[in-house]
Amino acid sequence: MDWPALSLSLQLAFATTLVLLPMAVLLARPLAWRPFPGKSVVEALVALPLVLPPTVLGFYLLVSFGEATALGQLYHSLTGRALVFTFDGLLLASVIFNLPFAVQPMQRAFDAIPREVREAAWCCGMTRWQALWKIELPLAWPGLLTAIVLTFAHTLGEFGVVLMVGGNIGGETRTIAISIYDRVQAFDDHGAAVMSAALVALSLAAITAINMLGKRIGHRG
Amino acid sequence: MAEAAAGLQAQLRQRAPIPLDATLSCAPGELLALVGPSGSGKSTLLRCIAGLHAAAEGNIRCNGDTWFDAATSVNHPVQARRIGFVFQSYALFPHLTALENVAAALGRLPAAERLARAHELLARVHLDGLENRKPAALSGGQQQRVAVARALARDPAVLLLDEPFSAVDQVTRRKLQQELARLRAHLDIPMLLVTHDLDEARMLADRITILHHGTTLQSGTPDEVMTRPASAAIARLVGLQNLFEGMLVGEGGGLRLAWLGHRLDVARIAGTAGNRVAWVIPPEGVLLHRRERPSRGEAENPVAGTVQDCLRLGPFTQIRLVPEGGGEPIAFSVPTHVAERNEIAPGAMARVTLLANSIHLMPYEPPGARTADLP
Repeated sequence: MDWPALSLSLQLAFATTLVLLPMAVLLARPLAWRPFPGKSVVEALVALPLVLPPTVLGFYLLVSFGEATALGQLYHSLTGRALVFTFDGLLLASVIFNLPFAVQPMQRAFDAIPREVREAAWCCGMTRWQALWKIELPLAWPGLLTAIVLTFAHTLGEFGVVLMVGGNIGGETRTIAISIYDRVQAFDDHGAAVMSAALVALSLAAITAINMLGKRIGHRG
Repeated sequence: MAEAAAGLQAQLRQRAPIPLDATLSCAPGELLALVGPSGSGKSTLLRCIAGLHAAAEGNIRCNGDTWFDAATSVNHPVQARRIGFVFQSYALFPHLTALENVAAALGRLPAAERLARAHELLARVHLDGLENRKPAALSGGQQQRVAVARALARDPAVLLLDEPFSAVDQVTRRKLQQELARLRAHLDIPMLLVTHDLDEARMLADRITILHHGTTLQSGTPDEVMTRPASAAIARLVGLQNLFEGMLVGEGGGLRLAWLGHRLDVARIAGTAGNRVAWVIPPEGVLLHRRERPSRGEAENPVAGTVQDCLRLGPFTQIRLVPEGGGEPIAFSVPTHVAERNEIAPGAMARVTLLANSIHLMPYEPPGARTADLP
């Protein structure tokens, strides 16, 4: 069992979910409620990771994260670190390839909140921020939960993009999915089987736990 | 500088998305009904006042404060306007209890006082005991009461009611209307009620403003609007029967109304001989002559005709009489026993009087300019 890889995968999944959720909330609300120029293009861009082969997405991310690129240089000047073959790069890539898994369920959930209910919150004197916390997020909770489950599980299992952007550096970018691949390449079927089973159990446990939590909150809310 | 006026005044104009050319005012304690067919801009007007929509031109003032002025780019956000809004669908927060829904509008109070005040407001709308129910566990009428309590919780400067009775059955509607009538007696703020139900407006409102295609056509007491509409278009919008066309003629130094060969006396008549006019007479202004014993009414605008149909509706019978000389029938109603005694039946001859005091003249309206009736 490659514990460092498992730990890294879990860290990546948690960090991605944590970073992506607020971004997805901010993106999903206008997509659900407001017409704006270029909305179709934004929606298509958000959905793109669903249809692109992970290696293609990974290739473009690898190219745009390089230290010679504006993004790579900006990140280096801000943090002193590189994006390619680092955990930071993995996290950024992970946020990007999970966009549709987080944004789309939230967009549907926000879309299901009647306009009048949001307006009623403002008429009650709530600021937009208060309305978001007290009314919109509790009502969009099922969509939020779906976004969390999908992002977490998808990050745990992602292989192509992670390999392209992060490579296979133990303790830095080698996730459990890549470690499984390593073991198979090394004809260590037993090691691969143990880790695969661990990944299945972990994903199942995460989804079940979040679903149960959702039901409890939904029942109470 | 003009003295700040109490109550609400609004003048709003826009071309799109829904055309508006509306002027209205509502005094403290007054209930103004905005009446018009679907798509006439009633709800848009209410949304403008609430701050949920900004018109291209115009201004909104409340108790001397400018809430909106397109000319000076003043547009207070909805949160700063202190309005109580009852939405057509009530728009209750489905995840909160009735009590929490009301408390949600009490953010201005210290947290400790909110629940006590919310309890008071729910008691005021007769919902004691149901405080902990969520909207899904309340009936339509109860939900409407929560919405009213929540609107009042804001301690509003204006109460806006957008078709608040449209989503409940007839019996509940009557009950809620009575409750609103009782509640409003204690409210000293302007109240705007959007409705397409004229009976509701007549029953509840102090004044009615008629809207059509976003334009305010007439404002007045229900009696004024119903008996003295400013135009044939309004008469048609409010569903008045007995709308006819005639011409003013000079006779004996005065004016009379020429209609189908009759010369009718009209109590309030002005204009120039030769002018075409529209005129209306409410069914109450049409009196049936007794068959066997002509009454004093014979002398006043007598019109003979043939009964086209008579419809018995309990103690009253509605009669449609086609006047001699043809034309549209005159509609009126008499107690059923009177109809029977006078042998009123389809095809029978009958005579009526058109009371000069009840005839109301309006400018002539070319056929192309005619509007639709209210639904």
